[in-house]
Amino acid sequence: MKLELQGVTKRFGTFTANDRIDLSVEPGEIHALLGENGAGKSTLMNTIYGLYSPDEGQILLDDQPVDFTGPGDAVRAGIGMVHQHFMLIPVFSVTESVMLGYEPTKGPGMIDFAEARQRVRDISAQFGFDVDLDAKIEDLPVGAQQRVEIIKALSRNAKILILDEPTAVLTPQETDELIAIMRQLKEAGTSILFITHKLREVRAIADKITVIRRGAVVGEATPESTETELASLMVGREVSLTTEKEPATPEDTSFEVEDLTVLSPTGKVMLDEVSLSMRRGEILCVAGVDGNGQTELTEAILGVQEAASGSIRLDGQDLKGLSVKQRINAGIGFVPEDRSTDGVIAGFSITENFVLDQYDQRPYSNGVAMRHDVMRADAQEQTARFDVRMGTVDDPISTLSGGNQQKVVLAREMSRNIRLFVASQPTRGLDVGSIEFVHRSIIEERDKGTPCLIVSTELDEVINLADRIAVMYRGRIVGIVDGDTDRDVLGLMLAGVPADEAKIQAAQHQTALGEADEIADEEAPA
Amino acid sequence: MSQPSPENSTAEPGGALKEAEGRLHLALRELGRTSWVITLLSIFVALVIGAVLILATNSDVRETLGYFFARPSDFFVTSFEVLRDAYSALFRGAVYDWNAASPERSIRPITETMVNAVPLILAGLGIAIAFRSGMLNIGGQGQIILGATFGGFIGYSLQLPMGAHVTLAVLGGLLGGAIWGGIAGVLKAKTGANEVIVTIMLNNIALLLIAWLLRQQWFVQTGSTQPISAPVHESAQLFGLLPGSFRLHAGILIAVAATFLVWWLMERSTLGFEFRAIGENPDAARTAGINVAKATALVLIIGGGLCGLAGAAHLLGTEYRLTGGVAGSLGFDAITVALLGRSKPLGTFLAGLLFGGLQSGGVLMQAQTGASVDIVLVLQSVIVLLIAAPPLVRTIFFLPSTDGTEKKKNPRRRRLRDSEAEQAASEDKAETTQGAGR
Repeated sequence: MKLELQGVTKRFGTFTANDRIDLSVEPGEIHALLGENGAGKSTLMNTIYGLYSPDEGQILLDDQPVDFTGPGDAVRAGIGMVHQHFMLIPVFSVTESVMLGYEPTKGPGMIDFAEARQRVRDISAQFGFDVDLDAKIEDLPVGAQQRVEIIKALSRNAKILILDEPTAVLTPQETDELIAIMRQLKEAGTSILFITHKLREVRAIADKITVIRRGAVVGEATPESTETELASLMVGREVSLTTEKEPATPEDTSFEVEDLTVLSPTGKVMLDEVSLSMRRGEILCVAGVDGNGQTELTEAILGVQEAASGSIRLDGQDLKGLSVKQRINAGIGFVPEDRSTDGVIAGFSITENFVLDQYDQRPYSNGVAMRHDVMRADAQEQTARFDVRMGTVDDPISTLSGGNQQKVVLAREMSRNIRLFVASQPTRGLDVGSIEFVHRSIIEERDKGTPCLIVSTELDEVINLADRIAVMYRGRIVGIVDGDTDRDVLGLMLAGVPADEAKIQAAQHQTALGEADEIADEEAPA
Repeated sequence: MSQPSPENSTAEPGGALKEAEGRLHLALRELGRTSWVITLLSIFVALVIGAVLILATNSDVRETLGYFFARPSDFFVTSFEVLRDAYSALFRGAVYDWNAASPERSIRPITETMVNAVPLILAGLGIAIAFRSGMLNIGGQGQIILGATFGGFIGYSLQLPMGAHVTLAVLGGLLGGAIWGGIAGVLKAKTGANEVIVTIMLNNIALLLIAWLLRQQWFVQTGSTQPISAPVHESAQLFGLLPGSFRLHAGILIAVAATFLVWWLMERSTLGFEFRAIGENPDAARTAGINVAKATALVLIIGGGLCGLAGAAHLLGTEYRLTGGVAGSLGFDAITVALLGRSKPLGTFLAGLLFGGLQSGGVLMQAQTGASVDIVLVLQSVIVLLIAAPPLVRTIFFLPSTDGTEKKKNPRRRRLRDSEAEQAASEDKAETTQGAGR
């Protein structure tokens, strides 16, 4: 089926999220929609899927204009969508998940389970999906959950599949499987609209690339374009994808975690005897797929979560028994994983957020009363230094973009003398410009001699920043390897394969993305 | 699932209550953002609804309706006169009575308004502190009773010199309320107990406690079996500010001072910064090193102390004798006062004056025009209902939504939130009326 958008415009109040978007996806084409966070990709997808109705322009399917009043219409017309966050019910089986909402029935109110199972089995067989029909969703790895979502869409006879950031939660190997599935679907004539901000994938998979920026189409590209070209198109100026940094000059060991174990409130082991040590002036990146204990590690270091056993030592001082405040005052700079829930207080002003963890320390207070003039002056100075784009420091922080909010958080944590910098997902949801800035700031902090522990699920970020990489899987550290370790090796380690074995396996089998990289490397000098 | 996953944490027991608390936070934050325009429009709508009720219950107006089609002008003229009389009586009873016999009686209403307002303002401030810290303190009633009990007992059982006695009695009231609020605060901080439930239960306990105490001879010290205590000694009474028959007492000075102190606490002190931080986003507060448990307990201790102060001021300045009904419906009216004042100190002060004025004005309105004093209750309730549901007011007056970011994106959620706020308000109101049915 052919999907065409003609001049689709969507406004929210005075804000134009999509501005006269033209786009056409041919049958059997993998079309990538590339754009930064906030460029309007999701709005466009939701418009196609019938969640929004366009203010202007129209959507055509096989050259027939269509008007969807809701996702139901879109599904009937043959559009399937796989959201970035899966819409699955954890306790349902695969079969139940697929038929949910479209249950085949025999007689009044009787679900025809046999028919449902058969349908799932047919689709799985057709595309070679390997799923257990009776497995519970919650027991499946993320990659398999995603396949269930795809089967769900296909079972409703989707001719056009929209994938919203499908690789955000996958390991490189899982991504590889997804790419294989996408190619099969393409062979079968399904059109795929694939939304992403990851340049490598686009080049490896897409037949055609449309780049949008600030709600408008700014250009089309082919997979032959280089990553730098795509990035410049996406951002609107020249960008460097890697941050320049000198080799680390690590000094003495100053931070040690030994046999740290953290339990969840229900008693499940979230962090299992993790040990690591860091030297002053180095960046240790913790890589891992979301939910493998990284959050618990950072929160236990800050003291938000209690450690069941093990020790954490900073500059020889055991942090055990210290409150969060005492640890912050002992010199821990902390950038939490979820900025909006843990990092900033939306209703507070920029100034108040700037002093959020220093409000009762000199010079901002005398212990009882706060000194607003000092707070404001410092907030003004530091936000300028960190290039925060804003009105005044008295505005609520919620008026700032995500990137600028994160800069305020960095300004807060880095403008005092810290002896350990811990950041979780420091660039999640940020635009390319802000990402560059955050990375530069972290490297500067390292060069001042601060040990920096950076948790990230983005391998690009890990490879870009790390002097050493610790890979976590199911609450344990699989291995700690050098910063220049091969992507495919890291990918296998993310799935729990020990470092040595991962190296052997990676040498034997290269992933599709790895191949694409190599081709690009070969082309580059020419 | 063997793989550790953060999503699983929501499945733990008590998750639903946690989520409800999260939504409560949201609703409370929304309330704080309502603009002054909404407040004024709410008062206006309340007066309009009150007017309809006044007309509907007035026999003269009903009579003119009987021959409405013969002479409609009669209906309109009578209606106008009835409303003019009723609302002017309300105003004269609350602020300045230009029809009164003597100049002294003319200015008496405004002083009565202040007398009524003193406990409303003080308790309203206590509730407002909790609101801004993300907590719903329904326990004003119990804290006021405890404050009155402590203050009163010190007032009539001890013999002390003039200044010292009243100071001690007032501080005793503060302590009594702080203890009662503190029970809820410490329970919430230590065990995560929901403060709404705990404070409601503590209200009942306080009522039963005072009923029991008033039957104890060592406590009432009257020599009679009546459930009423001895009057507080003159040395413990809050002194009058005006000569003659005026009841205005030094409690209003305490209310003004408390208003300023609460402003300083919330806006200028590090403790207030902690309070506001846990109110807006407890997770971020915890991550920033704020001891959320300690701050939670302190919020209810200080809030309870202010409510206790309200009880003490009411007893030492107006009532003098402790009875089972000493708190009236003050604790619940204080919630509405805090809501109307948008949980800000000055707003609460003004809202307390407004409600105090409605009370004193309502009495004159009933005496002179026959419009029921219960109209006042309707006015109060409608005001709060509308304040709690800003979109309703915006719809009535065709105002645009103030929140530009409010998109179609999450219409269901938005509706959910609003209906919750409305529900919360009507629950408050139910409490109020219940409390008023002494």
